Amino acid sequence: MKGAHLGEFEEIVLLTIASLMEEAYSVNIVDEIAKVTGRASKLGVVHAVLTRLQDKGMITSELGEPTKERGGRRKRFFEVSQAGKLALLNSKEQRDRLWSGIPDIVFDGLR
Amino acid sequence: MSNQPHNPPKWINWILEFYCKSEVLEDLQGDLYEYYNRNLSKGPFRANLIFLIDVIKFCRLYTVRKPKILNRMTFFSLFKNYFKTSIRSLRRHKLFSIINITGLAISMSVGLLAITYLSELFSYDEFHEKKDRTYRIISDYKGITSDNTTHLASTSIFIGNKLAQDYAGYEDLVLMRRSNEKDLIKGENIVSAKWLYATESFFDVFSFNLTSGNPQTALLEPYSIVITDEIAKKLFKDKNPLDQIIEVEGNSYTVTGVVTNVPSNSHIQFDVLASMKTKEQEEAKEEDSRFLTWRSVWMNHVYLTLSVDQSPDLVQRHLDEISSIENVKNERYTINFKLQPLTEIVPGIILSNQIGPTEDNKTIYQLLTLTLIVLLSACFNYTNLSIARSLRRSKEVGIRKVVGATRTQVLIQFISESVVVAFIALIFGYGLFELIKKEFLQVVVRGIDLSLTIQWHYVLYFLTFALVIGLVAGLLPALFLSNLKAITIFGDASRLKFFKGISLRRVLIILQFSLSMAFVMGATIAYRQYNFALNFDLGFQTENILNVELKGNDPDLLYTQFKQLSEVQNLSLSGIIPGAGSTYSNRVKYKNLLDSVLIYTNHVDSAYLRLHGFKLLAGYTFPYNLKEGESAKYIIIDEKLRKKFGFENPQAAIGEVLSMSGKKGKKLEISGVIENFQYTTIQSESEPTVFFQGHASDYQFVNLKINTNDLIGLMDKLEKAWVEVDNIHPFEAYFFEESIQDVYYEYKIMFKVFAFLAFLAIVIAAMGLLGMAVFTTETRMKEISVRKVLGASQKQLIFLLSGSFLIMLLIAAFVAIPATYLLFENYVLDDYVNRVSIGLVEILPGILLIFVIGWLAISWQTIKASKTNPAEMLKKE
Repeated sequence: MKGAHLGEFEEIVLLTIASLMEEAYSVNIVDEIAKVTGRASKLGVVHAVLTRLQDKGMITSELGEPTKERGGRRKRFFEVSQAGKLALLNSKEQRDRLWSGIPDIVFDGLR
Repeated sequence: MSNQPHNPPKWINWILEFYCKSEVLEDLQGDLYEYYNRNLSKGPFRANLIFLIDVIKFCRLYTVRKPKILNRMTFFSLFKNYFKTSIRSLRRHKLFSIINITGLAISMSVGLLAITYLSELFSYDEFHEKKDRTYRIISDYKGITSDNTTHLASTSIFIGNKLAQDYAGYEDLVLMRRSNEKDLIKGENIVSAKWLYATESFFDVFSFNLTSGNPQTALLEPYSIVITDEIAKKLFKDKNPLDQIIEVEGNSYTVTGVVTNVPSNSHIQFDVLASMKTKEQEEAKEEDSRFLTWRSVWMNHVYLTLSVDQSPDLVQRHLDEISSIENVKNERYTINFKLQPLTEIVPGIILSNQIGPTEDNKTIYQLLTLTLIVLLSACFNYTNLSIARSLRRSKEVGIRKVVGATRTQVLIQFISESVVVAFIALIFGYGLFELIKKEFLQVVVRGIDLSLTIQWHYVLYFLTFALVIGLVAGLLPALFLSNLKAITIFGDASRLKFFKGISLRRVLIILQFSLSMAFVMGATIAYRQYNFALNFDLGFQTENILNVELKGNDPDLLYTQFKQLSEVQNLSLSGIIPGAGSTYSNRVKYKNLLDSVLIYTNHVDSAYLRLHGFKLLAGYTFPYNLKEGESAKYIIIDEKLRKKFGFENPQAAIGEVLSMSGKKGKKLEISGVIENFQYTTIQSESEPTVFFQGHASDYQFVNLKINTNDLIGLMDKLEKAWVEVDNIHPFEAYFFEESIQDVYYEYKIMFKVFAFLAFLAIVIAAMGLLGMAVFTTETRMKEISVRKVLGASQKQLIFLLSGSFLIMLLIAAFVAIPATYLLFENYVLDDYVNRVSIGLVEILPGILLIFVIGWLAISWQTIKASKTNPAEMLKKE
């Protein structure tokens, strides 16, 4: 495993999953990312990242109920695992530490 | 929209289901369906399209099923198993594998030849950047007295200029003119070079790169030339050639550019490009120059590049318009023009006056047809042999099926077996290909300079080729074997319906043998004709005569140089070498001025007749050699001309005066009459022949009668003597016999081609026959055993089994012999005046050879069958 390091997009996906709680499956994740960040991510990209995160052990998944609009296929719901949560916290802490080291003057007039 | 959800097309789903891992498949498919439903609002077509694109885009490492993980019986390990069983089965039946592989390898070598040959031909002119919109103007010339239109690769300067001045519709247009080779002189250094004239837009149309000089202006001024790297190196070593002066034929040219060497796969070949203005200036000095006329379509070439979106039709219309205007002005001939795409020049249609070497489509089609026939026969034989042996393999198939193999698996197993055979054959075929390559280049590909070197992408072609051959050859047996039902195999094997088209196979084998016989006969006849031609009595002696090409040098200088050598017994000078293909003709009259006779002529000196051992019937050879400016006085004629003019006997002709045709009508006195001899090649009838007294400028050859044991040493001495006189042109000398061999080269080619074809056909036919023999013996094993038990002798059995095959061979002979005989009699050797007669003696050895080979193939199997112990065979019943 590559350790707890998170790529930028990986972090966004992970956060999205966390925020979507019970409703986190691929299509929803794509929509949510588009809504929050304003960038239209592709299903393929998200899919790849989800697979990678699962390989890293950051998320777990289980299959839900089949629906009609999916042609009778089941959804795969994702959940942030313990390792994932730690990685998110870790990343947030790092950023907070960096933020706290920046004097307010730097962003003067921007906020 | 209805409640019923729209579904994306099934076939796209199949693609997804084919490659996608089962773990990922369900939710991925679901996701894509969701998107599909969303996209339906944009219309079903776009939704389908997006779905398809998505499916293709999702084919990634993490979604694609990995064969290893799938399960134990994965595709990969199955394939490994197929491969292993294939190798095992090939090993178990070594002999059949060897036969199969040899058969395929031999025919595949021909296939490889065709592949490399075509790839190289189609690479011609591909390096030009604007190749897709560059065209050449080609001309159709028709004289009013002739029924035939002459198709020319050349055209007129007129049409090029007209198009350039009055019409639009193209980007660049270049005029070019062919020329003979010229010697370039720079101080001490002299090289001869292929010479082309071209206008300044040459480098706009073609992608030849200048290493120095300005491509826009290099060919602008008269007497400026662009030379290739190679020439630059030869003339200037390391100095910068730019702006240097080079002497050519007494004129000074300025080097305005150096171009990288012309790639061998360019249909335009040159060492030097001279500006077209040079030629224009030279022609302007001539009094009645035809250079710019409408009809001067023989030496010039026009190429043009169209603008990016321009269709060639517009230019074609311009061309038609111009010719319709101009053709009205001239009654004696019509000239029409066509555009020929640059990439269709090599290989292309047959045209006269090509600017460089080319290969025509016809040759290619012939070669392809031949290759296809050879390959298909080889595949057919593989199929034939495999099916014939399937009786043995059927047990194996039965076991496999009982154990649980599906039909597809059995099919794949047999196909992979044939593919493995094809790949092994490819290796040997490649070896053979390397062997026959050189011969092929020398014998068949003579018009164009090809190397047939293997390039890396050919490897891909070769592998694909082997795969296709394997599939084609293995499909039928595989289908047949995989369709067998286990129950029939283990039940009553004799009820198995094998290949139904038995009679079709018989016909094919008869055909193969007829072809073999025809080719063997062809080879024999060609070989005999070749020998016949070489040993033909020309009527004079050719032994130990070495002909040295003068190449424009002063014959007297060389004469004195060579005379000093002790090995040179005698020397003479002549204009041509008789019997070796070239002819000079003229017309001559006797008293009746209307009665002019066509004669073949040769200019010789006084020593010529004696050196070549011509038989003088009366009179003498020329009493003296002509000096510069002195006019000829004597002529020597042969018996044919004597009879033509009605002189009673040779003696009566001596002293008579003949007058030559032409304005001056020279009068010549007959000084000698010689026996008839073969002036032309033996294919054609010799016309009456005369010898003229020659001036220095009439001579092309020094004939040396030599006497030496150390030929190489003598050649060295001769070459040294040559260099004393001429150090520009290489020394070239041929023995008289060599020149004659060269003329009859075509027979040699014919022999080689036929011999190779015969070899191929025999191998293939013998294999086909073998397959049939195996099939018959294996299916009749029980019958043979019963007969044996009842007391049939081995001889009787062999005769019983071989009988039908011998009949097939006989039929083949009855078809092939008369057909080949008629073909050669009426078409191939028909035009030849002197030729071998085709008789039984010529034909029989080849036919016998084929019978022996056929007999071997049959008897091998039949003897084996007749020797088997009947108890072994019948004990299972």
